[in-house]
Amino acid sequence: MARKLPPKDVVIVGLGWTGAILAHELTETGLDVVAIERGPWRDTATDFNIGYMQDELRYAVRRDLFLQPAQEAMTMRNTTSQTALPMRDYGSFLPGTGVGGAGVHWNGHTWRFWQSDFETKSHLTQRYGEGRIADLQVQDWGVTYDEMESAYDRFEYLCGISGKAGNLNGNIQEGGNPFESARKREYPLPPMQMPYAPTLFAEGAKSVGYHPFPTPSANLSKSYVNPLGIAMGQCTMCGFCERFGCANYSKSSAQTTILPLLMRKSNFEARCNSEVLQVNLDGAGKMAKGVTYIDSSGVEWEQPAEMVLLCAYGLHNARLMMLSKIGKIYDPQTGEGTVGRNYCYQTNAGIQLFFEDKNFNPFIASGACGQTVDDFNGDAFDHGSLDFVGGAGINCIPTNGRPIGFRPTPPGTPRWGSAWKKATKDNYLSTLGFSSQGSSYAARGNYLDLDPTYKDRFGRPLLRMTFDFPDNDIRMSHWVSDRMVEIAKALKPKQYVEARRNKSWNSVPYQSTHNTGGAIMGADPKTSAVNKYLQSWDVPNVFVIGASAFPQNAGKNPTGTVGALAFHAADAIRNQYLRNPGAALVQA
Amino acid sequence: MASTRRQFLTSAAALSFVTIASQTYAQTISGALPWHPFAGDPPQPSLAGWYFFKPEEARVIEAIVDRLIPADDLSVGGRDAGCAAFIDRQLAGSFGNSSRLYTQGPYAKGTPTQGYQGEATPAMRYRAGLAAIDAYLRKNKNDRGFAQLNAQEQDDFLKTLEAGKVDLGAIDGKTLFDLFLQNTMEGFFADPVYGGNRDMVSWKMIGFPGARYDYRDHITKHNQRYPLGPVSITGAPDWSHKG
Repeated sequence: MARKLPPKDVVIVGLGWTGAILAHELTETGLDVVAIERGPWRDTATDFNIGYMQDELRYAVRRDLFLQPAQEAMTMRNTTSQTALPMRDYGSFLPGTGVGGAGVHWNGHTWRFWQSDFETKSHLTQRYGEGRIADLQVQDWGVTYDEMESAYDRFEYLCGISGKAGNLNGNIQEGGNPFESARKREYPLPPMQMPYAPTLFAEGAKSVGYHPFPTPSANLSKSYVNPLGIAMGQCTMCGFCERFGCANYSKSSAQTTILPLLMRKSNFEARCNSEVLQVNLDGAGKMAKGVTYIDSSGVEWEQPAEMVLLCAYGLHNARLMMLSKIGKIYDPQTGEGTVGRNYCYQTNAGIQLFFEDKNFNPFIASGACGQTVDDFNGDAFDHGSLDFVGGAGINCIPTNGRPIGFRPTPPGTPRWGSAWKKATKDNYLSTLGFSSQGSSYAARGNYLDLDPTYKDRFGRPLLRMTFDFPDNDIRMSHWVSDRMVEIAKALKPKQYVEARRNKSWNSVPYQSTHNTGGAIMGADPKTSAVNKYLQSWDVPNVFVIGASAFPQNAGKNPTGTVGALAFHAADAIRNQYLRNPGAALVQA
Repeated sequence: MASTRRQFLTSAAALSFVTIASQTYAQTISGALPWHPFAGDPPQPSLAGWYFFKPEEARVIEAIVDRLIPADDLSVGGRDAGCAAFIDRQLAGSFGNSSRLYTQGPYAKGTPTQGYQGEATPAMRYRAGLAAIDAYLRKNKNDRGFAQLNAQEQDDFLKTLEAGKVDLGAIDGKTLFDLFLQNTMEGFFADPVYGGNRDMVSWKMIGFPGARYDYRDHITKHNQRYPLGPVSITGAPDWSHKG
């Protein structure tokens, strides 16, 4: 039996980006908030130490900061006709753990989704007709871009995002992204200085008529003090960013933007190395009573609370809802049930260009310093004569030259021996790569549920992922790969080598930690798990915040939208929910 | 001052959380940012000797890494670069025993997209794999083990192993070769603190400056070689001669 603790106003599951934002916002109202985090406490000076953070083996290859499969694994299969097996090691995506969550070891690309992304179904239907999306299960978000604009702005100013506006109040700005939806003011900081590779890429893209611009970056171009009064430093381009914590206070994270203030509040408490097992519901299953968690010595505790906020990684939010019987699990045969529905990913492809006479110094890099072409993202271009919907950003963002992982050699090079060594040396400094990050649109057969066989260390079923790239997304990716070839040819390399996206999704090689859906938002409780304020349709004192809410994924990194959704939900709780606690903010 | 006030609060008298900075104990934090002196966890430089390999296994691994990365005019060979010592340390730790991975059954043969589904840990795969290679070679190469073959014979054997054309019974030779190659390259290119990449030999070869953390002066010096040599987490050789 769990030991019962004194009640709190709010219990937050997970202290990453969304948990920290919600905790800050709700403690400001005077509420008594506890965040329960299954990983350790982590902070810059001790855990991302400048003396030894630049360690590729430890952090990038052995992944010291990530969730270990021994703690929680997931099973996967490509279709319902297969038997799912556990990913015994994470590969294709790498969930985080610990305070700061995946926001510790992200790259920092910080996008806004567009108006057309938030209204995917109605926009595409209106422009191309229902038939075009008949094979997909795309949906509207239930919110519009205009409703999200101020939330995006607050996240960007919290972080100190470095970028150039492309659309200020409807006026297209030189040097920014001309395809973005209108923003009300500039980014808080100017773009980062560009190394050689993205500079050359931008010249090539311009020469074939496209519109490159600096990728909006959470690696800071200048020192910055955010609205909470917390100071950050200029990025030093060390090349140890993704998979690493930033030792230099230059990458936005909960640690560098919120925790120094939040942790000093007497009405906030963080409990680390403590894993929430389930949300406890009342007898009718209509209201949450709190959570049960287990600490690292194996003792179970019951934490009663008036509200429960699921702020874990999106996949874990969906699993916790299933384990807690909040809502009904999606069934791909009938299309009924909402939890686990519309799991989506990211549809990526790449290209490498080999040169004789260039030196790109690939190690002078940061996670998000680069150039993007959005001419073929989302619905920025007319799909009328094409056989797909969606699109991809084309990104030249060389994140590192760390040599265990980064050793480009042309095809035909042996994998070992003296010929391998010579090719490795000859191409290390002189290779340029760029990639397409494509939308991932929902399909009926792609979903999450609980595995019938495999259990975690507490005996709870693992999450089961059933996913393959929809045909629509494969066609999209190949079409965008053709555009990448145009840019590559304009740069006149000695040789270019494509890495196109084909079926089936492989869980082994790293692709992207942009897993979305499973607890999606929307206007209809039959097809969404949470309403437009991320409040559970079924248990109204539970809010579920994260990329789990995306009805489908755009061709953009999700964190900007995740952060904005956190502010959006916080506003709804502060301004509406607390006036009448326990009531649904949207009538079903 | 708030920054020196460290306060660890427990929510109830019944709580028995241990309030030290550790990954292994539950911890409740409120009212201040926690900080402890020397709470960092730097890597431990490896010492001499073999931790995992038996002497005869070590001789074979040294011979293998010396063919995967042969000595030539670009660098010393894998053995002198410390790749075998690196693999030894890795197999003696959490990589070798798969302690971080999901190791619950049932085990089943999956599709290629489902990844490695074997029950054997890397340490077990090395031990059994080296024994199987030795038995195979002694049967087919006049009772000689890998270390007794000449360089050409060693290369020929490794190529057939890589191609999946060596019958090692229950052991899949191709995936065993891939494991050897993966760990050898990790050792050659990782920070020297882990026993390989001795004297930062691979970093000097390709022009990687290592564990530096500030390139701001060079960002816009496009197409120009970076002027400084590499440093390791443990420093650089010329540092130790300065006061």
